[in-house]
Amino acid sequence: MASTRSFPTRGVLGRPRFSPIDIIVFTAVALLLFGILRLAHAMNASTATAHVAVISTDPGKLPYYAARSLLRMFIAFFFSVVFTFVYATAAARSRRARLVLIPLLDILQSVPVLGFLAITITFFIALFPGSELGLECASIFAIFTSQAWNMTFSMYHSMLTEPTELDEAARMFRLTKWERFWQLDVPNSMIGLVWNGMMSFGGGWFFLAASEAISVGNNKYTLPGIGSYVQAAVDKGNLGEVGLAIAVMVIMVVGVNILFWRPLVAYAEKFRVETSQAAQQPKSYVLNFLRQSNIPGYISRPLKPVGRGLDRVTRPFGLAEYPLRSSPRKRRVGDVIFAVVIGALLLWAVYRGVVYFDRTAGFGQFTRCFWLGFLTFARVAVVVVVSTLIWVPVGIKIGMSPRLSRFAQPVVQVLASFPAILLFPFAIVIFLALGISLNFGGVLLMALGAQWYILFNVIAGASSIPTDLRELMDQFRVPWKQKWRELILPAIFPYYVTGGITAAGGAWNASIVAEVATYGKRHLAASGLGAYIAQATTKGDFPEVLAGIIVMIFYVVVVNRLLWRPLYHLSETKYSL
Amino acid sequence: MTDVRTETIPSYEPTGEVIIEASHVTKHFTTPGGHPLPVLDDISLQLHAGEIVALLGKSGSGKSTLLRCIAGLIATTTGVISCRGTPINGANPGVAMVFQTFALLPWLTVQANTEMGLEARGVPPAERHRRAAAMIDLIGLDGFEQAYPKELSGGMRQRVGFARALVVEPDALLMDEPFSALDVLTAENLRNELLNLWRGKDFPTRAILIVTHNIEEAVQMADRIFVLSSNPGKFKAEIHCDLARPRNRRGPEFEALVDQIYGIMTEQVTPDTGHQTTVVEPGLESPTDLPLPHASIGELAGLLEILDKRGGRDDLPKLAQHLTFEVDDLLPLVDAAEMLGFATVADADIKLTPAGKALAEASILTSKELFATAARERAPLVRAIVRALETTHDLTLDQAFFLDFLRRGFSEEQARAQFDTAVEWGRYGELFDYAADHRRLILTPPADEAGG
Repeated sequence: MASTRSFPTRGVLGRPRFSPIDIIVFTAVALLLFGILRLAHAMNASTATAHVAVISTDPGKLPYYAARSLLRMFIAFFFSVVFTFVYATAAARSRRARLVLIPLLDILQSVPVLGFLAITITFFIALFPGSELGLECASIFAIFTSQAWNMTFSMYHSMLTEPTELDEAARMFRLTKWERFWQLDVPNSMIGLVWNGMMSFGGGWFFLAASEAISVGNNKYTLPGIGSYVQAAVDKGNLGEVGLAIAVMVIMVVGVNILFWRPLVAYAEKFRVETSQAAQQPKSYVLNFLRQSNIPGYISRPLKPVGRGLDRVTRPFGLAEYPLRSSPRKRRVGDVIFAVVIGALLLWAVYRGVVYFDRTAGFGQFTRCFWLGFLTFARVAVVVVVSTLIWVPVGIKIGMSPRLSRFAQPVVQVLASFPAILLFPFAIVIFLALGISLNFGGVLLMALGAQWYILFNVIAGASSIPTDLRELMDQFRVPWKQKWRELILPAIFPYYVTGGITAAGGAWNASIVAEVATYGKRHLAASGLGAYIAQATTKGDFPEVLAGIIVMIFYVVVVNRLLWRPLYHLSETKYSL
Repeated sequence: MTDVRTETIPSYEPTGEVIIEASHVTKHFTTPGGHPLPVLDDISLQLHAGEIVALLGKSGSGKSTLLRCIAGLIATTTGVISCRGTPINGANPGVAMVFQTFALLPWLTVQANTEMGLEARGVPPAERHRRAAAMIDLIGLDGFEQAYPKELSGGMRQRVGFARALVVEPDALLMDEPFSALDVLTAENLRNELLNLWRGKDFPTRAILIVTHNIEEAVQMADRIFVLSSNPGKFKAEIHCDLARPRNRRGPEFEALVDQIYGIMTEQVTPDTGHQTTVVEPGLESPTDLPLPHASIGELAGLLEILDKRGGRDDLPKLAQHLTFEVDDLLPLVDAAEMLGFATVADADIKLTPAGKALAEASILTSKELFATAARERAPLVRAIVRALETTHDLTLDQAFFLDFLRRGFSEEQARAQFDTAVEWGRYGELFDYAADHRRLILTPPADEAGG
């Protein structure tokens, strides 16, 4: 064979050295870098006394605000990825860490992100006094907390289910820990990570919009962004400008999907472990376009020595190996120390918590929270039940018709990603006009965002029913009732459960912004745990915020355990096709 | 270890230095019930420079487990594995491994996959490139450097597996059924190429240890063959094999050796005495002493019919060849036929019994009855289930009852497999039925409904 030192890959030889495509891609990359630099500079803008950026509702400023919001989303996503790598690896590779990290993640997943905002804002502002950076961090943190947990679970699961022979090969060929992570762990988790990232990113828009304008203890905090633009327009009572912002938002959601997620999903196919190809390969024009250009090569070439350098630097961390035999006594002593330390920390935290509540809000608040929590729980239940009754039949109709679902699925995906909070003003205007109490109207507000998850998943489920089974039913002229009972409902069940869990989670989170509303000078409030947390936030009463959050977590965890987990288990064992 | 039949085989004494040594290795897994489950029992072996050693056994003989102990991928329970005199505690530094399922990283090209081990050893890029390219060349993958594994056929993928293992120039090459995932022709071709390279001067490894269930493969490749018995894995025989290379599969010596090993592998050894027997006395063994072979009824019936058509008697290697079955596929059927009293095996010859002949020639309904009688009398687990069900007043029992019992003697997976086989046999014989929804076994009322 030819000497390999001089050989470029055959693909490169077949390519023109430079093409118009390269110019376009290059310009895009340059503009992107320039934009990020400009925006990053703006993020550190110092604020004088109050933390209020003046938001102009001039439509000309809207693109700038949208760019600021978008940057926040991506920064949060970046940190979510870093967090996922570290947390999932620690949980998957260390037996002891796993004991703490996985239950902790389960709890974190149930934390109402928006409820926490009051506390994190205060923390970050104290961290960066006199600068907008603190607010930025708080907003980014809110988005981060809505993205990270799902991705972490996905990667943890992928790492636990790594194919045994690949694990053995990695150990046999003595990869270092670092090499193994990048050559085996990350690629193997890639498909799950990208899909989960896409879903979490979609969910993140909601928290972006909600976290840009917030009042804590009579201080109004605002960040330049599309969410605060809507807030300012609502304060002025200008629904036209709200509509404009919504249009920009839709463009942004769709644009990110086309330019970022589709290419990534198509690229991730490379990391499929099954040796056979997937029947339906995801395609992306943007990815094909990029692949035709030389730019990826130009970017990756200078990075290669960096990669090699990192390989060398991380060598002292050792091989991805563990001793086959270790002294059982040493292990037991380690376990005992670990248990004692964790136990002591827990006890101390509980003690501090008890003392804290005793001195401040008092335990009476918990009784109240439980009652309010029940009211909110009832609303969440109504949202899920009504969405189910409406969207399951619709989703089945759409999903069973390939023509309809090809058109409807991307639309529904955008609807699920679209931050419903931007639509609240319209609904509230109607409530005010008709005199509808938020006690009932809140259900509708919560449903605005949550319902789409059910529809989206049911469509996916219905379109995956094997054609031969459907033909069989038709051939036997099975009456529709029997067909639904014996084929359709069992087939969509696993998808429905996934949709239901997500919808319920979304509704709980939305309750914090859906149970109170302000339009112009008018205030509306429902009685519920969401309203309780929102009002405590406005008052700046942290103990009450905390009590509300704790009770909400309690409700979410208990409902998950008693309802969704068993359903999920059932769907995995009995109804998976 | 019984060193049988060495007198009929020209003796071969390994002369090279010892590369890998396993001394008194035992391996226990823990059953889900918390009982130790022996998988390997007191195994000692030396791998010398210049020789190919084969570990031959049925599935469940622990041969892959032994290979993984030697590779340092799993810990032994007792006993030591050493590489050039140094006991290992972690992945064995002196070996590289070729996997049954290739174990290539699907997101790396052939070139990058081959370089993997070199990169991990910190070999500089230029050097690693050169060495990988040379190995790709040697192994016949030239032109495929930039291909991804999923673009390659199974045979080409396994070549990448070989290139990746050999490029690090290991002292010993370990192979875990490297040809069994390939079709017959590809396997034959790759095996021969490997043996040609092995006989050449520049082959970058000094010893080979191969795990296989294919008798002919072992005879074709190895200088020494260790036959493992099952449950737990134990050396049953060591066979020295110094036929001249390249070995002719059609040669009488080759065929004689294959025949002999077939004989050794089909001999029944009762666990406590080590006494060899081919006749199973029915009604005595417990389900854990005498596990059900994993044979499906359809295949078993097919085997008996074919045997009947071929005159009721056949040579096992010939039968396997006729059916294009591998030992792993054929032996469970043979074991089942023997357990149920439908056939006897002696010296690699299988012979239909009168009961087997009757079954092969019966109509569906009669054959079900014959099968039911045989299973109830001779298959310990089926018998135990029927008896347990008969003692209950509503004639049903939860599956957990039997699985818990099986878990005392088997791993979770094996317990499941035993249970599933028993259910298949019981259902076919209409002895009992299994309601998957309620996870209960239900005794079928005798006589009035059976066969109706």
